[in-house]
Order: sequence, then C-alpha cells, then structure tokens
Amino acid sequence: MANSFQCEIVSAERSIFSGEIRQIVAAGTMGDLGIMPGHAPLLTELKPGPLRILGEDGEESIYYVDGGFIEVQPTLVSVLADSAMRARDLDEAEAEAARQDAQKSINEQKSDLDYTRAAAELAEAVAKLRTLDQLRRMSGKR
Amino acid sequence: MAAAKEIRTQIGSIKNTQKITSAMEMVAASKMRKAQERMWASQPYAKQIRKVVGHIAKANPEYRHPYTLEREVERVGYIVVSSDRGLAGGLNVNLFKTLVREAKGWRDKGAEIDFVAIGAKAGTFFRNHGGNLLAAKSGLGESPEPKDLIGSVKVMLDAFDEGTLDRIYVVYNEFVNTMSQKPVARQLVPLVTSDEGGDESADEEQNRPDNWDYLYEPDAQDLLDKLLKRYVEAQVYQAVVENAACEQAARMIAMKNATDNAGDLIDDLQLVYNKARQAAITQEISEIVSGAAAV
Repeated sequence: MANSFQCEIVSAERSIFSGEIRQIVAAGTMGDLGIMPGHAPLLTELKPGPLRILGEDGEESIYYVDGGFIEVQPTLVSVLADSAMRARDLDEAEAEAARQDAQKSINEQKSDLDYTRAAAELAEAVAKLRTLDQLRRMSGKR
Repeated sequence: MAAAKEIRTQIGSIKNTQKITSAMEMVAASKMRKAQERMWASQPYAKQIRKVVGHIAKANPEYRHPYTLEREVERVGYIVVSSDRGLAGGLNVNLFKTLVREAKGWRDKGAEIDFVAIGAKAGTFFRNHGGNLLAAKSGLGESPEPKDLIGSVKVMLDAFDEGTLDRIYVVYNEFVNTMSQKPVARQLVPLVTSDEGGDESADEEQNRPDNWDYLYEPDAQDLLDKLLKRYVEAQVYQAVVENAACEQAARMIAMKNATDNAGDLIDDLQLVYNKARQAAITQEISEIVSGAAAV
C-alpha cells in the first residue's frame, strides 16, 4: 500500500498546492476529518478553518481555507476552496480586529441581513485565529 | 494650392487618428497580459471542479441530482458572455453569429429560448434584435469576480430547477491564441461528462467496481446541490475571464490593423500631395517663363 497520495488544493483565483502527501486534516462542516492514503471516496463541504498537510518528507504545513469542498478518491484528494492562503500569510492583528468588529455588529444587531453577514464574518475571523493558533503551536514544538 | 492644402489637413487628421489607435493598441497589449494571467490563474479551479464533477457522474449515487438527468428539451437558456466595450474587431459580431446559428437550430426543433446577457454589448444586441432576456449584467470591469456573476447564474439555475428551462448553455469566446479567438457554445446543465480528468490513471478505473459511491457528509442532496451550483458558477466565471482576455487580444489586433491602415493611407495621400505641389510649381514656372518671353 502506498503511503502517500496526490493532493490538489485550488482556490477560485489560483492553484495553492499540488503534490504528494501522507495525510491531510481538514475542517469539515460535520467536524474535523483526517484523511490517510486509501480512504474511501468521500465528498463533503468545508467550513472556514485550517487545513493541515503532512508532506511526503514529513514536513507539516498549514493552509487556511474560507470554506469550499473536499473530494477524496483513493489516490487523489482535491480541495476546492472558495479562497485559500498559506497560514503564515495570515495577519493575526487583522483577524483579531475582524473578530471584534463582527462580534460588535452582532451585539448591535440591526437587521437580519446584517446579522447573517456579521455571523459569517465572525466565523471566518475565528477560523483564521484558530489556524494561526495551530501554526504557532506547530512552530513552538520545533 | 487649394487642393494641396486640403490634402494636408486630411493627412493631419489621419495622423491624429493613428496616434489614438496606436495608443489603444499598446494599452490593449498590456491589459491583455493581465487578462491572460487572470485566465491562467483561474484555470486550475475550473479544471479540478470539472474533474470532481466527472467523478460524480461516473459514480453510482443513491441520489440522482436533477442536473445530471437529461430531459426533453422544450426551452433552452443561453448565457451570453460578451465584452462591455466595442472596437474589438469582429469579436462580438462573431459571437452573436454563433449564437444566432445555435438558437435557430433549437427553434427549428420547436424549442423556446431565453437569454442572460453578460457584458454591455450582449445587452444592446438583445435590445435591438429582440429575444427573451431573463437577466443582464454589465460593467464587470477588468477584474471580474465570481461573486459578480452569482446573480445572473442563479436566475438561470432557478429557471432550470422550476422546470422552465431544460438545458443551459454558455456562449463565449475561447482564447486560442493572441491572433485568434473562437466563439463556442458549451452545455452547462444537464452536465456533460467530458473526458477531461481522464488522465488520472486508467488502471485505477479498471480495478474498481462499477457500483461505488461517495460517502456524503452531511447528505448527498444538499452537498451535490451546492457543489454543482458552484461548478456552474466556476464554468461561467472561467468563460468571463477567458472572454476578457479575448477582448483585449482582439482589440490589440484590430488597433494594430487600424494603425497600419492609417500609415498606408498617409503614404498614399503624401504622394498625391507631392504631385499636386509639383504640378503647381511647374505651372507657375511655365507662366513666368511664358510671361518673360512675351515681354
């Protein structure tokens, strides 16, 4: 059994990652899921959150996705992200500010539309912070 | 000298036009590079989602999404992607010609047709020539974003869901290379399974039973609905960015031709001007000479 599989991460704007990996951990709408080689075909939606990849050489890297889909085939995993970026490109201060902004507009709660938008923004900001947290823990380990 | 003066003014005005067209050519060239980059950049996503949808079509799902089922065609929808501005040679005209041909084919079969116009030129076309327009979107600018298109795509998909439309096409210019753009009509729904993505190992396909299916989370219906909507949006977005690259390329070529033609025209007029001037001088000399001889 091969111990690695092909992984493609693309966002609407560009291709983010493509290569052989050993494991991928993604934030599905029903909870986090870790995928190893030979996984059964699976199709699920992603929520905003971190995407952890264990490369073929054991190198771990973290990406951030804004939601999207993940498709698992026995030898291929495709992540169709709405938008994605490398975790280290994330700006913590900005994410924190966005979280506070969103929280504030939820508390004020003007109309339904504003509320849903603010809730989405909040979820996104929290997911970004979670990604950064993971990244920090990872680099702290080393 | 009256004729000579007129010619000189005309040369002047053609030179001004030439300056404008050559400036437009250069602007189009630089915009084309950017538009092309945008087109290449969005291709991986479009390709990947096409692959995934190809897998779904090959799978044996317990739930069949309406988008995967063919039904009898009574009404067809066309999403027409055109440019916002003109002066791009035959780009839009060729596109509309293709569209009219396609539409005629369906009318002959007794199907009704609805349109969605993306880009100002398509809007104008339908205003002038009629056609049942469901939605129009223009002013996308140079960097269109997927979210700008969601509205117009949704109109079409909603019509499909309600059963008013039985088939949806997108019509746009395909970027072959800088010199040539080809108008094409692609079927969006019901899904057509392309061979694209067939590159991933044929042997894997062989040793796999025919009746496999995905595990869906949360459930197949919701998920496929979202994914296939996203698929259609991605295809339309890809069409729009590709058309934008075509627009700039076509404009560049059209302006280059215009500049060259202006150069030829100036050369010709210069020749006529020189002849007229020479004729006037010769005439003057002969008048002076004959005048002197008479004295």
